[in-house]
Amino acid sequence: MTTTALAITERRPGLLGWLSDQFWRHPGIFVLLLLTPPLLWLGIVYIGSLLALLFQSFFAIDEFSGIVDYSTLTLKSYAELLRPANLDIIVRTVVMSALVTLASAVIAFPIAYMAARYVRGKWKALFYLGIMLPLWSSYLVKIYAWKLILAKEGILTWVFESLHIGFVLDWILAIPVIGGNSLSVSYIGTFLVFVYVWMPFMILPIQASLERVPVNLIDASSDLGATPQQTFRKVIFPLALPGIIAGSIFTFSLTLGDYIIPQIIGSSRLFIGQAVYAQQGTAGNIPLAAAFTVVPIVIMGLYLWMAKRQGAFDAL
Amino acid sequence: MTAAVSLQGVSRHFGIIKAMDEVNLEIASGEFFAMLGPSGSGKTTCLRVIAGFEQPTHGHIEIFGENATGVPPYRRNVNTVFQDYALFPHLNVLDNVAYSLMLKKAARAERRKAAEAALDMVKLAGYGTRRPSELSGGQRQRVALARALVNRPKVLLLDEPLGALDLKLRESMQEELKSLQKALGITFIFVTHDQGEALSMADRVAVFSGGRVMQVGTPEEIYSKPNSRFVADFVGSSNILNPDQVSTLTGERRWGSLRSEAVRLAPEAGSALAGTVATKNYLGAMTRLGIDIGGGSIHALVPSGQELPDIGARTGVAFERSALHLMETEQ
Repeated sequence: MTTTALAITERRPGLLGWLSDQFWRHPGIFVLLLLTPPLLWLGIVYIGSLLALLFQSFFAIDEFSGIVDYSTLTLKSYAELLRPANLDIIVRTVVMSALVTLASAVIAFPIAYMAARYVRGKWKALFYLGIMLPLWSSYLVKIYAWKLILAKEGILTWVFESLHIGFVLDWILAIPVIGGNSLSVSYIGTFLVFVYVWMPFMILPIQASLERVPVNLIDASSDLGATPQQTFRKVIFPLALPGIIAGSIFTFSLTLGDYIIPQIIGSSRLFIGQAVYAQQGTAGNIPLAAAFTVVPIVIMGLYLWMAKRQGAFDAL
Repeated sequence: MTAAVSLQGVSRHFGIIKAMDEVNLEIASGEFFAMLGPSGSGKTTCLRVIAGFEQPTHGHIEIFGENATGVPPYRRNVNTVFQDYALFPHLNVLDNVAYSLMLKKAARAERRKAAEAALDMVKLAGYGTRRPSELSGGQRQRVALARALVNRPKVLLLDEPLGALDLKLRESMQEELKSLQKALGITFIFVTHDQGEALSMADRVAVFSGGRVMQVGTPEEIYSKPNSRFVADFVGSSNILNPDQVSTLTGERRWGSLRSEAVRLAPEAGSALAGTVATKNYLGAMTRLGIDIGGGSIHALVPSGQELPDIGARTGVAFERSALHLMETEQ
């Protein structure tokens, strides 16, 4: 009988067996082990560099030697932000971001709505493919492709002229401030490319939020006497709002920080990203570059706070 | 008197699937009407056609004599209590209930008063400021009811309204719904797959199967005089006797149904039917015996306290001739 004693609890041999038993007994240790790498990443690499950046903005640069003085903290860089030339850059970028966000939302909503409500099965896969495809190709290639489309001798001009409506394009380009020599060197061009490039980031969150609206709620609204328009205003839109806000956070912050699109397509007037690039590079003014970088962070903070106050996250 | 809801030859096809096939129904005003059937029988589609969420492929619907074919849900004076309640998650309870009044642009104070009265009616006074997510299933059910009733619709549709509630709650809600319906005098049409619920609550029941209405009648008619094997099988714990068995008993070659509680045990000798006891389920007040009579089995509900044969023992089966109901159809 000694050789065939039946064990109710089977001992698992080896170190790995011992380890998994320990984890089973102390789930806390397991969670801690799982969380340590991301926490280290978030804590040191992400938050740490953000704090370093914030600190940089409180140092000043010696205007003659160009050497950063690390001994005293000052608000000089921030004061410099308020100079008209720099303030212009900030206002220009914020207005562009706001317009791009608004346009993205208006264009994305019907696409997302159609995808969430009416598209099924393999057509849905095709939809995702269509939305994601631009994200898989190089950002620079896409922008240069747009330059070809928008240039004076480009595709768009050719299309307008072939349709004998070249005067429409001329009329658009003649609009002061946003017009210009050609679309590729105007604010309109910058705007169009921004809207194109960030569109997937708006469509996907809106689609996800619409997908979570049960069809029953739409039936219920209609049942209680709401016309389709009222149902949209009172039920669908409020429930899609978290998705719109999520999408707008993407488009708004991405536009705020981008420095490549306005450099390739647009007038020579700077956006925040370009200013940061110029200040930390050729100008070598790291503190001012840091101060410029803090601007989008603060704006996004305000934006999120306002969105929360508006109850955009209540339905989450 | 015009019917509250009248369906005339209504069909609803989804591709090749006939969810509703030539349904004719007349539902009287003030009636508590149940549509009973297994899942996929077309009862919910029928409700959705009455509500206006689905348009009939063929046929004609009238609501209180007015043509409702092609009329969208928001132009019908019919309200629905949805199976999963479909409360608006972004609105609090009061705003949910007042939703239809808000659409009608009623004054704020008036809206509030009507919504509070409706909440009071379903015994949820004081819950107005809560969110639907903070309520229990039974409370959500009541909010859905208040929301559908606040407008005083002519017809109230209820889609498996008690399906998600536990037994105790379901029983109390059954009584409440019944008394509410009496008090308001509104036509209630409710869909259920629970025959007990249909029989105990409804004035009349329509039994659905495969998109068709198999039988319409009072609960008593449906239960004791099923017109088809399907109804007999679905509605009650009836025994179904095949034409051979019925012909040895009555001489007529028809399908028959025999309610279990009408079956008595008798000595084998002298009984028209006899067999061996195959199963025995103690149900409290009754014990259900399954007796294998060869070519089928018969269930007998025997009151507790009687002496019962053991499993495997032979026994005879007896019943009053009047308890055997002969069905009209071949199905």
